[in-house]
Amino acid sequence: MEGKVDSLDVMNRMDEMDSRARPNYIEDGGKGLLSWLTTLDHKRIGVLYLISISIAFFLGGLFALLIRLELWRPGGQFMSSDVYNQMFTLHGAIMIFLFIIPSIPAALGNFIMPLQIGAKDVAFPRLNLASWYVYIFGACFAVYSMVSGAADTGWTFYTPYSTETNTSVISMTLGAFILGFSSIFTGLNFIVTIHKMRAPGMTWGRLPLFVWAIYATALIQVLATPVLGITLLLLVLERAFGMGIFDPKMGGDPVLFQHFFWFYSHPAVYIMILPGMGIISELITAYSKRNIFGYNSVAASSLGIALLGFLVWGHHMFISGQSELSSAVFSFLTFFVGIPSAVKVFNWTATLYKGSIRLEAGMLYALAFLFLFSIGGLTGIFLGTLSADVHLHDTYFVVAHFHYVMMGGTVIALLGGIHYWWPKMFGRMYSRFWAVIAWLLVFVGFNLTFFTQFILGTRGMPRRYFDYLPQFTRLHGFSSVGAFILGAGLTIIAVYLVASLWKGKPAGDNPWGAETLEWKTSSPPHPHNFTQTPVVQGGPYEFKRG
Amino acid sequence: MSLFFFVLIVALATYFTLRYRRRVEGEALRPAPHHPLWLEVTWVVIPTLLVLVIFVWGFRGYLRLSIVPAEAYEVKVNGQKWFWSFDYAEGAAVVNEMVVPVGRNVKLLLSSKDVIHSFFVPAFRIKKDVLPNRYSIAWFHATQVGEYDLYCTEYCGSKHSAMLGKVKVVGEREFADWLDAASSAGEGMTPEEYGAKLYQSKACYTCHSLDGSPGNGPTFKGIFGHDVKLADGRSVMVDENYIRESILTPTAKVVAGFQPIMPTYQGLLKDREIDALVAFLKGLK
Repeated sequence: MEGKVDSLDVMNRMDEMDSRARPNYIEDGGKGLLSWLTTLDHKRIGVLYLISISIAFFLGGLFALLIRLELWRPGGQFMSSDVYNQMFTLHGAIMIFLFIIPSIPAALGNFIMPLQIGAKDVAFPRLNLASWYVYIFGACFAVYSMVSGAADTGWTFYTPYSTETNTSVISMTLGAFILGFSSIFTGLNFIVTIHKMRAPGMTWGRLPLFVWAIYATALIQVLATPVLGITLLLLVLERAFGMGIFDPKMGGDPVLFQHFFWFYSHPAVYIMILPGMGIISELITAYSKRNIFGYNSVAASSLGIALLGFLVWGHHMFISGQSELSSAVFSFLTFFVGIPSAVKVFNWTATLYKGSIRLEAGMLYALAFLFLFSIGGLTGIFLGTLSADVHLHDTYFVVAHFHYVMMGGTVIALLGGIHYWWPKMFGRMYSRFWAVIAWLLVFVGFNLTFFTQFILGTRGMPRRYFDYLPQFTRLHGFSSVGAFILGAGLTIIAVYLVASLWKGKPAGDNPWGAETLEWKTSSPPHPHNFTQTPVVQGGPYEFKRG
Repeated sequence: MSLFFFVLIVALATYFTLRYRRRVEGEALRPAPHHPLWLEVTWVVIPTLLVLVIFVWGFRGYLRLSIVPAEAYEVKVNGQKWFWSFDYAEGAAVVNEMVVPVGRNVKLLLSSKDVIHSFFVPAFRIKKDVLPNRYSIAWFHATQVGEYDLYCTEYCGSKHSAMLGKVKVVGEREFADWLDAASSAGEGMTPEEYGAKLYQSKACYTCHSLDGSPGNGPTFKGIFGHDVKLADGRSVMVDENYIRESILTPTAKVVAGFQPIMPTYQGLLKDREIDALVAFLKGLK
């Protein structure tokens, strides 16, 4: 055995022995379901969110598989075009509003961020719990819409279609409206927490990059979400009372809706991806035991993305009928939002250089992220280019692009984060063998599903099509097969993670040898996070040599 | 170029991962490399310059797509749930199949009767949203004779994916002949024959079958002269007036079991054409 056993390892082993004996938030924060439903502990609220978003992800994924099954061959297979239209609407709305927006910030952010800054809890624990109840309340509206003739507008609710269709658009939009408040609560809470609750010595320059990412995300949540709220409210008023803001027959303008909608929904893309980027910074440093290459630029690029993200909404509307000048300006600005993301990717890659890399499942997800997010980002350049977008807009190319960013980026990062922090959250280690198998299935399945869609798009296959022309059959077939491989991978992950809660070996306090603060407390953490307030003396990724 | 950067990133990440794998737990960490500023500046500046070049390139292409040449043959395009109709200045009016001359600039004046649609011909690399109460403009210059697919690419409901059409590019002489024939349609045909042609060209067939099977609307087979039950419980005899009313005000008397989704053909059909359709329906036993 080379290298010496340092004191940290010894401590780890001692921790492993008595970790179940020490107080932890799972067993010592109160017993029974009621104690969980009334908890003010950010860790328990994080777990509540984790369960909720997992259910949403399962539902959204189920709809996705049904869609892929229907598209296996041209023509109707087992559903009508109306049902199909409801399916893709539900898939989109659930995945966006119920899963991906709250996913990393509200579940992992809630659990990990206060630990990482050495705080006892978030600044407003009651608001934190309220945000979860508001989320559940909003989810009820979405479920109600589902059983009462689900909306068939697509998650974008474009007028005038959304004001005319006879499906339950109002309950779906009200659901999204309410979910927006949950998101605002979380964002507000996190901003104050990061400003006010940092442990002694935790300067802004020592914040883990995940915290920086969550912070940038929270700013967007607070600033952009109200616009969505207003837009959806206007839509409800338009539908219920015929206000005429978006109705051209009454002097309104349907394109105005698109402007309002994307003014939120483009920044929302960064609500989705920024926290994922934060996770990747943690994974790459911890699994290669290397300080991040260019801490300042990685942290600043999160803020840069948050800022620039507000200025590019019009790139969803190049062919909508907005003026050519607007399209040109939005295209120009769009290219700049790519630069901070590129900086991050370069810095992560440089961090690997001469590291001491351990290929755990978490690291595999980080590498998959680099691969998939690069494809997602670089294909964004095609879409940002005015002349190319005219051809590619609203085709499967767009579908593939945003799945590469949202799923290949955010969901892969979420999975990486879950594999990284699972031992911390529940004190148990999952099966590392199955983790690698599942990763492989997810990676292969994902690329098979969505890479084919890039090709479909360049050949002119429009999105949101229940039926398609025969020349697209083969590629759609590949895509459907990929979706089921992907589904199998995700199912395996769910199985071994849940199984680990009972069967998993105790994980120890710091199984990966990471340096950020959450690894300095016990696993699962103490109800008050730390038995004594930690004092921070160095940066988050200063691994000891030797 | 995207490919180049993608390969670069993936190759480096893979190489570093394999080269610097942790072989032994607790191995000595390599000394942190020098963190050169020039490197970070390089990978900010180079991509920035590259995307600026791409922007200019895309912008120039977009200008070409947006500015319609002065010499262009104009066709009026109408989108509505769920078909396309094309009006030519010479009087021809067709549905779902547009005929244009090869080697000439064609300007499209697009508008919608209901929700937003989008006019997309992949082979011509053009796409434009079609909005109610507003004209959008697009143009193209077909260089090869042939038939090209036309799609609606803005989600518009139930039959969005069936809102397809064709652009038929033909030679100049053939186009002139077609335009003549299409503009003076119906001459030299019996009303039944003309009605059968309109059934196709006005896209009645997308919702109304001739073989007795129900589609989005009731079949046309054997309905003339019979009573049908309406959605509000009344029943009505299918006669000339009922057919005329159903074409011009489709929601007035909806047959039981069907949604009131048919758009009005007011303005799309001339009286002579309605007469021909009535004659056609009479003949369907």
